[in-house]
This record gives sequence, C-alpha cells and structure tokens, in this order.
Amino acid sequence: MSQSFLELSLVSMAFKTRQGPFQALSGVNLRVEKGEFVSLIGHSGCGKSTLLNIIAGLYQCTSGGVLLEGREVNEPGPDRAVVFQNHSLLPWLTAYENIELAVKKTSEGKRNKAQIRDWVMHNLKLVQMDHAMTKRPEELSGGMKQRVGIARALAMEPKVLLMDEPFGALDALTRARLQDELLRIVANTGSTVVMVTHDVDEAVLLSDRVVMMTNGPSATIGEILDVNLARPRDRLALATDARYLAARKAVLEFLYQKQLKAA
Amino acid sequence: MTTTATLAAAAPVPTDPSTHKADTVTELGAVTAAATSTPAVRAAAAVAVPPSPTAKRRPAWLDTLNDYAGKILPPVITLALLLGIWELASSQTGAALPAPSKVISDTKELILNPFFDNGGNDVGMAWQLLASLKRVLYGYSIAVVVGISLGVLVGQFAMAMRGLDPIFQVLRTVPPLAWLPIALAGFRDGSPSAIFVIFITSVWPIIINTSIGIRNIPNDYRNVARVVQLNGVEYFWKIMMPAAAPYIFSGLRIGVGLSWLAIVAAEMLIGGVGIGFFIWDAWNSSRISDIVLALVYVGLVGFMLDRIVSWIGRWVARGSSVN
Repeated sequence: MSQSFLELSLVSMAFKTRQGPFQALSGVNLRVEKGEFVSLIGHSGCGKSTLLNIIAGLYQCTSGGVLLEGREVNEPGPDRAVVFQNHSLLPWLTAYENIELAVKKTSEGKRNKAQIRDWVMHNLKLVQMDHAMTKRPEELSGGMKQRVGIARALAMEPKVLLMDEPFGALDALTRARLQDELLRIVANTGSTVVMVTHDVDEAVLLSDRVVMMTNGPSATIGEILDVNLARPRDRLALATDARYLAARKAVLEFLYQKQLKAA
Repeated sequence: MTTTATLAAAAPVPTDPSTHKADTVTELGAVTAAATSTPAVRAAAAVAVPPSPTAKRRPAWLDTLNDYAGKILPPVITLALLLGIWELASSQTGAALPAPSKVISDTKELILNPFFDNGGNDVGMAWQLLASLKRVLYGYSIAVVVGISLGVLVGQFAMAMRGLDPIFQVLRTVPPLAWLPIALAGFRDGSPSAIFVIFITSVWPIIINTSIGIRNIPNDYRNVARVVQLNGVEYFWKIMMPAAAPYIFSGLRIGVGLSWLAIVAAEMLIGGVGIGFFIWDAWNSSRISDIVLALVYVGLVGFMLDRIVSWIGRWVARGSSVN
C-alpha cells in the first residue's frame, strides 16, 4: 500500500462533557496528495473544524492517527500552519510584526536578519498588503486582516496549509475577491491545502476534491467528490459551466437531501 | 443664470471663512463669484451656509479657549464654592477647625520652605513626602514583581489556582494595619515593617488582576503561539504580557492607590520622617492647620501616583485593549 502525503486513518474524537463522553468523529479515513486542494464541508457541528484541529495538532484524537510524510502528527507546528476563521492576528503588533513573529521562529538558523525581512515583505506582497505593513489589525478591514492571516501562514512555508472557514466572516464580495486571490496564490506556491468551509460554491470553485461529512455525533466522511475542472479557474466562466453546476448540485444534494438537519 | 445668481446672493459667504471677508462681500461680488464657479459648488454653498448676511465664523483660538474653559471652569467653581462654605462655617465663634484663610496663614512657612532641614523629624514637607514615597516605592516594587509572578502562576496553572486562590482570598481581606504588629515582631524595626505593610496591601489586587488577565487570553492567541511553537519565555513576553497588560495595569493602579492609603497609617505608628508621622505629630501638638496642609499634599501625591501608573499602562497597552 503506497503512502500518501497526508494520511488520516481511523481518526476518532470523543470530548468529555458533563453528560458523559460526546463522540464527535468516528473512523475518519482520508488521504491527501501533495499539491492537492481539499475542502471539508458539512453542516455546522459535524466536526469538520475538529478534524482540521486534529490535523493541526491542536487537538489529540482519541483513537486513530494522522501521518504527514510518514511521520505521526501529535502536536502543532509550523509545517501545518493554520489560517484561523477570525484571523487571530495579535492586536498589539503591526501587520509586518505579526508575520515576522512567525517567520523569526521558523527561520532560526535558516535565515539572517535581512533575509527574514525580505521573506516577510515577500509574503506581504503576495497577499498585496505591503502598503499596510505598519498598520495594526484594528486599522485594517476584515478582508485585509484575513489577507495578513494568510500571509502569516504561508510565511511559515507549511507542508500543508490548514484553513478553518477562512472567509466565513467576510461579506460576499470581499469573500469572492479573496477566493480568487487564494486560487492565484496556491497556483503560484503549489501548496497543499485542507480547508473547512460551509459554502458550497467556495468548496467547488477552489478544490480538487470536496470531502462531504455526515452529521454528528459520530460524524465521518459521507462522500468525496472529485472536481475535475481545469485550472486556472474563472468564476464567471464557471457560472454556466455544466461540469461546475453538476459538481455544485452533487454537494447540495448531499447536504440538503441525504444529510438534511433540522436547524 | 438669474436663478443661480439670486441663490448665491442670498448666501453671500462662499469665501474662505478664516479671512472674515464674509460680511464685506457685496451682492455684486457674490454674483461674480457665482458666475465663475461650477453649479455644484454654487448649490453646495447655498445649502451649507446660513442665509444671514452677518453670519461670521468664530476664530479657531476662541473655540480652543472655549474648550479649555469648559474643562477647567467647573472644577474651579466647585472648589471655590466648597472653600467658601468651609470659610463661612469655620469663621463662626467656637469653630473647632481652622478656616482655609487661617490654614494658609498658619502654614505659610511650611508652604514656602518645603526643603528646610533642622535635623531629626523637623524637616520640610517635601522631605516628609519623599520619605513616604521612598517607602511606597520599595514596598510597591516588591509587590509588582511578586504580584505579577504569582498572578501568572495562578492564571496559567489550574493546580496553582486551586492551591493558592483560597489562601489569597482570605489573606487579602486582612486590613493593612493588622499586618503591622506581626511585621514589627518579624523585622524588629520600623522601616522594613512599613515597607512590608505597603507590599502586603498592594500585592493582592496585582495578583488577582494578573491572573484574570492571563486566564482571559483568547484561545486563538494560544493556538497561534502553539502553531508557531513559541517557547515559554517567548510566550511570556510576546503573547502573555501584551495580552494581559490591560488587566495587569488595572491591578497595578488599584495597588498603588492602596499602598498610598496604607503608608500614612503605617507611618503614624512607626514614627520617624514621613508624611504619616508628620500628621500624627501635628495632631499631638494641636497644629490642626498643618494637618490640613498635609492632607492636601497626601491627596495631590496620591492623585499623581494614580495618573502616572495609568499613563504608563496606557502607553504599554497601546493596541492590546482592542481585542
């Protein structure tokens, strides 16, 4: 059996609660290849964020395991940088300093001072935020903060970029712009991405595969959809593309017929 | 053209308000001005400017003066009223307390010569205050270091919290002066005992606020630190201190206030140079006016200490209070 880049095998997660253990995930198997863009989609509370946090190492799964390049993951690290939903920039640092904090730590013995500076600037430019490098998060709009958050994660040169509903808190227009940017950036860097989302269009537009999760408790992977759309992808052209619409319909059917959940 | 000209003529103030030409502009001038500007500008001018021909904007310095007056006048008036009432009440025959005018005439020497030194306890008010401030500085500095350290310990580790918090909760209710006899017994000397009382009084709010600040660090920041793999020292300086700074400084501010409260009481008992003993000494020699003067100084110094700590806090925590 050949080894995948990122491998989840029989991952289960139980949380202790006052009412006894709550089985959030059970028996999740997933293989992600290098350079692949995978979305996790499901109704809220299905454990998709929990699964992402397990890959990140922020949670320890109660059974099963996660392998990245054949090595077991059991603590967080910069090789699995996370873009958090609410940007999680440190408010007392400027955009530049927020990225620098991550770069300094991951560059120990690898880059000198000037190279650190160049690398921070390179990543700020990548997300087109170099003009706001001296601004604190409170002076930035939601979309700009998330750009800096993405730059911080990319600056750690992760093997896998983990994104937890990165655009969930943004308005629809900003979200679309950032999705397009992300497509461009990922095409440039060739990053492997695992993204949690609840937005069907976002999942289909960005991903190579859409992983659909069943409702919890004991959530697991219900179906996996291969999105065989050529890259670069253009949202306007895809809006009427039959294969795009079919993929979108497949995800919608899964979410609203097979896994319909009383709100 | 006629309609726009009339419109502008009704509001003949389209010139720069700072030059005060407004009231000298003639109807003819207004018409020419209107003819050369674009319609949009004309319409805006007609709407924005009040239609009175004598309308004149006040100069900027008058506004600034007005601003200051609005802030300074109310406290000045209140103070004058209170002093007036006090003066009236104390000028009755048989009044027990001196009137403000008498306080000033009695303490003229002390006010004018704050730095005299006749040896022993007989020194100027500035020396008395400085002696007290020095004790506060020692006691408070120890309290800051110990308080923040214990606060971090209790805030960061649940076991330390469970073990220490009940003890803190009981000890912090012990009044400052109740510690003095035990301190005297332990140190066998007045000065370290006073410093200990300052320390023990101001340390509790620092511990408690620091630990609350640490416990309230958003999980997101902890996760960022974990992903970036900051070590303990880096986490302390780069995440914990800035994130908890607003809480820590509110503790420091309460602490400095309490230590100034405690020093006066402690010094009354231990004697020596210091504003507390000065007050006690003045009472024993029935120099009531001196007491009044000392109280004014104690209040002003306490106010300054509070402001200094709050100013440092605002400087350190810039940015981090907005989460």
